[in-house]
Amino acid sequence: MVTTAGDVPLVEMRDVSLSFGGVRAVDGASIDLYAGEVVALVGHNGAGKSTLIKILSGAYPRDSGSIRIRGAEAAIANPRDAKHYGIETIYQTLALADNIDTAANLFLGRELRTKWGTLDDIAMESEARNVMGRLNPHFHRFKDPVNALSGGQRQSVAIARAILFNAQILVMDEPTAALGPQETAQVGDLVRQLKAAGIGIFLISHDIHDVFDLADRICVMKNGRIVGTAGVTDVTKDEVLGMIIAGICPPAAIPGPSAIASAGGHASTLEAHK
Amino acid sequence: MKAGRSNVLGAFFRATELDTRLLGMVGALLAIWIAFHLLSGGLFLTPRNLWNLSVQAAPVAIMATGMALVIIARNIDLSIGSMLGFLGMIMGVIQADLLPRLLGFEHPATWVIALAAGLALGVVIGALQGSLIAYLGLPSFIVTLGGLLVWRGAAWWVTSGQTVAPLDSRFRLMGGGTEGSIGATWSWAVGVLACVTLLLVQAHARARRKQFHFPLRPMAAEVFLGGVACLLILGAVAIANSYPWPSGSVRRYAEANQIALPSGGLFIAHGIAVPVLIAIGIGIAMTFLATRTRFGRYVYAIGGNREAVELAGVDARWAIMKLFMLMGLLAGIGGAVSIARLNAATNSEGTLTELLVIAAAVIGGSSLAGGVGTVAGAMLGAILMQSLQSGMVLVGVDTPLQNIVVGIVLVLAVLIDTVYRRRTRRA
Repeated sequence: MVTTAGDVPLVEMRDVSLSFGGVRAVDGASIDLYAGEVVALVGHNGAGKSTLIKILSGAYPRDSGSIRIRGAEAAIANPRDAKHYGIETIYQTLALADNIDTAANLFLGRELRTKWGTLDDIAMESEARNVMGRLNPHFHRFKDPVNALSGGQRQSVAIARAILFNAQILVMDEPTAALGPQETAQVGDLVRQLKAAGIGIFLISHDIHDVFDLADRICVMKNGRIVGTAGVTDVTKDEVLGMIIAGICPPAAIPGPSAIASAGGHASTLEAHK
Repeated sequence: MKAGRSNVLGAFFRATELDTRLLGMVGALLAIWIAFHLLSGGLFLTPRNLWNLSVQAAPVAIMATGMALVIIARNIDLSIGSMLGFLGMIMGVIQADLLPRLLGFEHPATWVIALAAGLALGVVIGALQGSLIAYLGLPSFIVTLGGLLVWRGAAWWVTSGQTVAPLDSRFRLMGGGTEGSIGATWSWAVGVLACVTLLLVQAHARARRKQFHFPLRPMAAEVFLGGVACLLILGAVAIANSYPWPSGSVRRYAEANQIALPSGGLFIAHGIAVPVLIAIGIGIAMTFLATRTRFGRYVYAIGGNREAVELAGVDARWAIMKLFMLMGLLAGIGGAVSIARLNAATNSEGTLTELLVIAAAVIGGSSLAGGVGTVAGAMLGAILMQSLQSGMVLVGVDTPLQNIVVGIVLVLAVLIDTVYRRRTRRA
């Protein structure tokens, strides 16, 4: 997606840092996301991707930096605050309570209630049947606790929970990790649908093909810092791999604080691999 | 042919959607009852024994409803036996010492004030322990182990170890006995009301499922379930109503009301005992809390995956805090029933009760790994433990052997449960 100057980004994280003990897990990272856009966050394990998005979803407090939502300063101190801003997250661990059923997980913290204030399990199950029908039409195990479900089904539940409440900003941390090829394709379709509906999506993935397939822009992280951000049409897969592995920022990308200019010797060796 | 019939039966039971685990517990309980009945030469399954059994099981059953939730949320409360003792002493002193001096002896408000003070203090103590556990992140095992020592010591301190007696006559009704029972007419009224309510709830649930076009239970299964439940309720009332007052109480009652005693004596039924009524009421309220409210949902979810609950935006710490406050309240009710039955508050009341309560919850299917268990199961567990104890007394088993048997049964119950869960999970 081409972003024109003057557009207000949906999400704007500026100079965000977080340390665990002496380790700077996220170090002065800045990233933005526009409505109807998919921004992929890529990098090695431990590059700080998950930590950065967990700051956005309220799971971790940040040490410094600011978060703006639609141009206004956002106070996000816990997951409840983030949900208030329309930020929904699919965590890598899925974050499901294994011993309760699908509907109970989908509505955890936002239970539908009857006019007497009691849980309206039937209404919740009905909604659950609707949303799961969209994601995974073969899913019928609504009475079972989610630990009885397969990995793919559990992942569908986590995805369903994120889209059930009209998210404006969706954070997907490895959403297809446990899925087979067919289900992965379904998630891809879902991402395109949501994007068309104007939802902004942060996508963390290890699958470079998925990233090029779904994302508009790619943001590479290394050692807690941003290497650079580039539109998918402006860079090649090899250039992105170079950013991930060596931290080399190609000319078409906007370099971050951790970038090494591509004029260096490493780039030519990568060129040679082509 | 035989296999065919068992399949039909199996399909029917599946259609009722009953918890097979709970059914297994009821089966075990019936087996124990029948075994003791035979071994004791027909003394066990008598109205008198069953009535006493129900009264004796009440305090543990009351507290087990809360312990089940504490264990489901992957916590433990070791302090409730000592809290029961301490709160009992406080309630005893208030009604036997403090209020008689302020309001006069046997004032009608005495029992309410004493009870309210005890329950409020129970909630406060629960909040104190709960805040250390929920907000400061201390392990509940340690906090309540400390509580076990602290409140037992405090119970001694209230009167320097002296027993407080006698208690207010109205307060004593909570303990059962001839006076503390509601009589035949009221018992039937309660039974019929319970049946009507149950059938209405069942009909409402079916109507709701129909409205949302969800699969319904076969009508035969619904009728069977409702019928069996009503039969059980009315049967229990009939048993409670066939246990007569002892002749001494009848004579005193007749003299007080100037009734001429017929030569064959007068049959006055006990009916349901007040502590049993309290326990049943609490069981229903706690089941409602566990299954129909957000608090209950969070308790289960916290036991399953606390991190997920917090990421979902739920204030898990407040839920844990409330849970321990609830446990304190139930310890207060258990204390009130215990001292009322004894007509005295002693500083050793409730010693080791925490372990009986935990055992009841665990036998009733609460898993210490968290996330699993039911309130009804915990109450059945309490009845099962009390049945073992009463039965062994009737049969004349030595006290040391009684403890050995109860200990073995506890471990055996968990063993069977573990194997059962492994099987059903694989299926």
